[in-house]
Amino acid sequence: MLKFKRVTLFCGHYGSGKTNIAVNYAFWIKESGRGVRIADMDIVNPYFRTKDSEAELAEKGIDLISPQYANSNVDLPALPQELYGLFQQRDRFAVLDIGGDDRGAYALGRFAPLILEEDDYDCFYVANFFRPLTRTAEEALEVMKEIEAAGGVPFTGIVNNSNLGEETAPENVESTFGEAHRLAGLSGVPVRFTTARESIAPQVRGENVMPLILQKKYY
Amino acid sequence: MSEKVLMKGNEAIAEAAIRAGCRHYFGYPITPQTELAAYMAKRMPKIGGCFLQAESEIAAINMVYGVSATGKRVMTSSSSPGVSLKQEGISYIAGSDLPALIVNVQRGGPGLGGIQPSQSDYYQATKGGGHGDYHLIVLTPASVQEMADLTGLAFELADKYRMPAMLLADGTMGQMMEPVELPETEPELIDKPWALTGTDMKRKHNIVNSLYLVPEELERTNIERFERYKAVEENETRWESFMTEDADVVVVAFGIAARVSKNAVVEARKQGIKAGLIRPVTVWPFPKKPIAEAAKTCKAFVSVELSMGQMIDDINLAIGCSRPVSLCNRVGGMIPSPEEVLESIKKAAGGNE
Repeated sequence: MLKFKRVTLFCGHYGSGKTNIAVNYAFWIKESGRGVRIADMDIVNPYFRTKDSEAELAEKGIDLISPQYANSNVDLPALPQELYGLFQQRDRFAVLDIGGDDRGAYALGRFAPLILEEDDYDCFYVANFFRPLTRTAEEALEVMKEIEAAGGVPFTGIVNNSNLGEETAPENVESTFGEAHRLAGLSGVPVRFTTARESIAPQVRGENVMPLILQKKYY
Repeated sequence: MSEKVLMKGNEAIAEAAIRAGCRHYFGYPITPQTELAAYMAKRMPKIGGCFLQAESEIAAINMVYGVSATGKRVMTSSSSPGVSLKQEGISYIAGSDLPALIVNVQRGGPGLGGIQPSQSDYYQATKGGGHGDYHLIVLTPASVQEMADLTGLAFELADKYRMPAMLLADGTMGQMMEPVELPETEPELIDKPWALTGTDMKRKHNIVNSLYLVPEELERTNIERFERYKAVEENETRWESFMTEDADVVVVAFGIAARVSKNAVVEARKQGIKAGLIRPVTVWPFPKKPIAEAAKTCKAFVSVELSMGQMIDDINLAIGCSRPVSLCNRVGGMIPSPEEVLESIKKAAGGNE
């Protein structure tokens, strides 16, 4: 269903589900028989992180590159040096979870020349039209432009991850298809796939609906 | 509105404050409440409001003091170390009988502590914090929906009783995302004849001040203020009771600790232990009555906290030490698991048979 590029980036408004999708995407690449690593490049939010899925990733044989102080009490926005390996060793696939908004995407800037030079990448904009500051295609487009300007990597696809958390019903997801396609029209970037949590994904009527295994949960 | 959106707790506070008519926000960024300030920075300029990142928390709370004196709804937000810095200003606001909203999205302490969730500012929030005889109305949300609802309520109560209100959340509540329904109706604003709005040479000028040169006058204002506090205690104490009617063990917990405890209570019931939960929604005023009521029929209490046991004192006072109260806690940014709470419930149930 999905065609994987050597490098895949997940960007978007914060709280749109980038980390969850990045972890699941790494699972899918792995299941297709390829070697894959996932990197946490979020320097903005110290709370919800790729590292929360450390055990699940290790179990599937997916290497995790995560900042030295992730999930500790140190609020230090530093990137790990191992990140360079992702771009130098091209025999394995790489999934990068970028921080939210343009502030998060600044961290991507230093790797943008390497990514563009190799030219075997997907840069996905993760959209959730139930987030209050990206309710419409126009608002999402504004965030998209800010991220592109900060990160320096042009988007190649939109991932529609519209959801209301645990209360999401299939029709909630379906109700956002129109807005997602309007965003595609405004930005010139196609909708590549839609995501919904495992339990409801089969009931969502649409193209390319990918089931998500949810990561960190609170009580 | 009937339509739901998916929000972080911090964002829900910000949007709810805007819908409550708050157009003035002063703050200084600190993890884990920064999304609140970031949201205000984006929204306020679009609706003719004022977002100002002050040079410090102390400056921010004094800006709140200033705007509040003009009668406008105003707020600041921070996390534990930042809220410590605000204490002097909070005391001045209380001493001047002004309404304001202060949000504390708590993190681990003391000192710089850590960035992970905590409830260890309970004493500071409920027993003063700043100097002098005063109270804050302290509301403790346990869902993202409550982050929004209690923000609106905090503004209302602050205006009604002319005193500062505090939303006492924790890092988890600030960061977690849940669907929220936000109010679509215009907020009801009350008249504030005491506000500094300019006399137009038509009335006597108002004075906002916390300095009294005559001791008798200062004593009188303190006594009058405590009459109002009494009214708050009588009318505004809020809590949620869950399966307490026949409970042998009553868990008392607020915020994230209450969510964990609810799971543990349900599991305990499945295992045949009669457990219940009292969740204070206000921790000042503290829900003494329902807890004292529960003490008449239950065998023991368990206080579940993300602190070294700060609320346990209030439980003991509420029941006059008539039942054993044990503590189930984690600190340093850790959250007790439902299994740990269940274990404490079992111990409390077994110890009194």
